[in-house]
This record gives sequence, structure tokens and C-alpha cells, in this order.
Amino acid sequence: MFTFENVTYQDIINIPELTIESGKITALIGDSGSGKTTLLKMMVKLISPSSGIIRYRGEDLAVLDPILHRRQVVLLAQKPYLFKETLRDNLLIGLSYHLKQADDDALRRVLAKVELDKNLDASVDHLSGGEAQRLALARVMLLDADVYLLDEPASALDEKSEGIIMHLLKGLNQEQGKTIVMVSHHLNTIKAFADHTIKIASRRNKEANHDH
Amino acid sequence: MIIDLTFWQVAFGYLFVVILLVILRTRGIKRERMLLWASIRMTLQLILMGYVLIWLFNHPHPLLTLAVVLLMLAFAIHTIFRKFKNDLRKRMKTVILVTFPLGAMPVLLYFLWVVIQIDPYYDARYVIPITGMIIGNSMTGITLGLNTMLQAFKHERDAIEAHLLLGANIGQATKDIANRAFDNAIMPTLNSMLGMGIIFLPGMMTGQILSGIVPTTAIMYQIAIMMGILGSVTITTFLVIRFGARTCFNHDLQIES
Repeated sequence: MFTFENVTYQDIINIPELTIESGKITALIGDSGSGKTTLLKMMVKLISPSSGIIRYRGEDLAVLDPILHRRQVVLLAQKPYLFKETLRDNLLIGLSYHLKQADDDALRRVLAKVELDKNLDASVDHLSGGEAQRLALARVMLLDADVYLLDEPASALDEKSEGIIMHLLKGLNQEQGKTIVMVSHHLNTIKAFADHTIKIASRRNKEANHDH
Repeated sequence: MIIDLTFWQVAFGYLFVVILLVILRTRGIKRERMLLWASIRMTLQLILMGYVLIWLFNHPHPLLTLAVVLLMLAFAIHTIFRKFKNDLRKRMKTVILVTFPLGAMPVLLYFLWVVIQIDPYYDARYVIPITGMIIGNSMTGITLGLNTMLQAFKHERDAIEAHLLLGANIGQATKDIANRAFDNAIMPTLNSMLGMGIIFLPGMMTGQILSGIVPTTAIMYQIAIMMGILGSVTITTFLVIRFGARTCFNHDLQIES
């Protein structure tokens, strides 16, 4: 699905070769500062590599239309940005960009999936870190993209919530064939849910190691 | 009867500069040089403009009037560029260079030829003061709008990127910021419209009344010019913000850093 060929980004990343397979859950691990988040940002064209080629479904990412690409590949940031409005507004805004619609029942269903028991008209101001993270996950799930890039999706969650979210992602992957790439520091989670683990080495080590 | 001011009468006006100078010096506020420079420049620029106007009135020619209008426009654009120094990229400067005249000139011509219907069509007596008001106010609007927008791109990058990550195009990702910039840009004009006639009498109207024109005529001119100013500020700032926001992104829809 994604292949990297001699990709560098400033002095943060240097990946001679890397493949991320379609329809799998791939975990990216590595020390902090090794460039995992940078890698995800490059995959949605939020930043461009300093050199090298990233291919998506065989096509050079550099020539793909950024808007169309971001509608197929979504990134959930570690600290997702919520717009200062209601839960409903936050859920609908992405859909409107994708020219899709959803009624309140659909919105409530997705909130139930991420176990967020809140009124759609409630303001996002009083959400805890974990609730904000789950709302942001619900927001990207509604988009029905092909690839989900998740930067530490459970960093603000307790163990129980993390388990719920991981089962949800596993379901997305197995039932709907979504490709999931996630950065995580929780080795037990990775062992339980990821099909592949890729260790991103800092630039000094100059390589990315595959573990299956 | 109009009271002509003599050199000494005007010189008494500088008493206020002296008062401000004393305040600045005693409070240790380092603005004395700027105050002196501004006072000298204002005086010389106005004296020069006075002679230029007399000469233009005595030598009426459409090209001469046009040259003064273009000079005023160029100076306004130069002032915007200087205010933002290194914050304006080349593409943004191009947008300002194109959209400022594109927004201001049609309003100016509409105002002079359709609303006031000046005759001859290049009469410097009307064209130059009205150009000054329209371009000056538009310059203030553009400056305020640009300032809001550039600050937002600096400090609200996360919000813009959040929109982009959800699949937004440039217009969608910058809608809130552009609206805020536009709002800030037109606010001074709207505020002055609210206060006009009660809190203050605007400069043009005051000038006309002092020179002996019937207040009702002066008022008609003032209402018309306010509409012209509103039109020009609205169109120029809308265009600068609308197309300027695009210059903050590269072709991959990434925020230019």
C-alpha cells in the first residue's frame, strides 16, 4: 500500500526501504524523536520528504492530489485538535469536506462505538483528554477512509478504554478491510493487535527494521 | 467669510508637539525622534502637496491626474510592504499589487463618474482628494486584515492542519481565519460610520464647512464618500484575504513555513 524508497526528512528520518501492507494493522515503534510522527505526516502529505520517493498504491505520492489523497488516508494526531463547538459540529465537519452527510442516529452510533456517552449538543470544552481522543477517533471513523494512520491513539486512555478502542480498530481492519498504521509505545497492545511491527530507527542508525 | 491662516497662526499649532515632546521626555518614552520626524514629514508633505495641487489645477491634463493617482496607490502599497517587512512572501506581495488596484480603481471610477459625475472626467480638484480617502482607508483595511491572517497562520497552525487532515481544501481550511480577518478589516470603517455626525464630524465635511459650503451639501458629499470608502475597503480586503490565504500554502496544500 505504501512503499518508501530512500526517504529522508531533514535530519530526522532516513529510510532506505520500507513497505506497509494493505489490509493489515502495522505498528510503528521506536524511540521518541525517531521520526514516527514525521513518517505519518509524510504519508498524508502534510509534509514532503527532503529526498526519496513514497508510493501509495504504486503511485508517487508527490504527484497525487493532496485533497483526494487525504480523503482516502486519514491521520489522527496524538493530540487531536477539536474545534470549539459542539460534539455534533466536530463530527460533521470532516464529513462535509468529504461531501457526505450523517443523521444524528449515525453520529450517536459512532459515539457509542468509541464509548463516549455525551450529548451531541454538548460543548467540547469540558471533555477530558481521553474523551477528546475518542471523539477525534469517532470523527475520522465517520469518514470511512481506506487507510487510518493513528499517532498513539490510546495515549490519553486508561487500560480499559484502550482495550475497547483497540478491539474497535481490529474490527475495522478485519470486517471492513481497513489498513491501519499506528504509532504506539504499548508493547502488549502491539503484540495483541498488530500484524506487523516496524521499528523506526533514528537517523544515526539509518535503517528501519521489519519484525513479523 | 473664510479665515486665512498665517504662518504664525499655524506655528502656534506646533505647541501641541512641544507638549507631547515634554511628556515623552519626562516619562522616558523613546519616541521623540519619531514625533519630530512625523511632524516635519507631515508639514513638508502637505506643503508640497499644496503646491502640486495648485500646479495641477492650473495645468489640467488627464495624464497628470492619472499619474498622481498611480503615485498615491504605489505609495499605499509600499507602506503595506514596509509595515510587514519580511512577513510577506513574494506571492503575497504579487496578490496585493494586483488586487489592491483591482479593488480600489473600479470603486473610485464608479464614485467619480457615476455618483458625482465630475466634469471634466479627470478634474484633479475632485479626483485627488477622493482618491486619497478611498486608497488610504483601503490601505488601513488591508493592513488590519493581513495582520489578523498572518498572525493566525503563525499561531493557529494546528487548527488549519486539523481542517486539512479532515480533507478540507484551502477555502474550507481558512474560512474561519479569513472571516475574522475580513471582520477586523472592515471594523474601523463600520465604527466610524456609527460615530459619524455625533461623536465627530469627518475631515472632508469639516473642510467643506470651514471653506463656506452649506452643511447640507457637505453632508451629502460625506455620505457618498463613506459609501465609496466602505465599498473599496470591502472589495480590496476581500480580494487580498481571499487570494492572499492561498499564498500561505504550497501546491501540496501544506502550510508554507
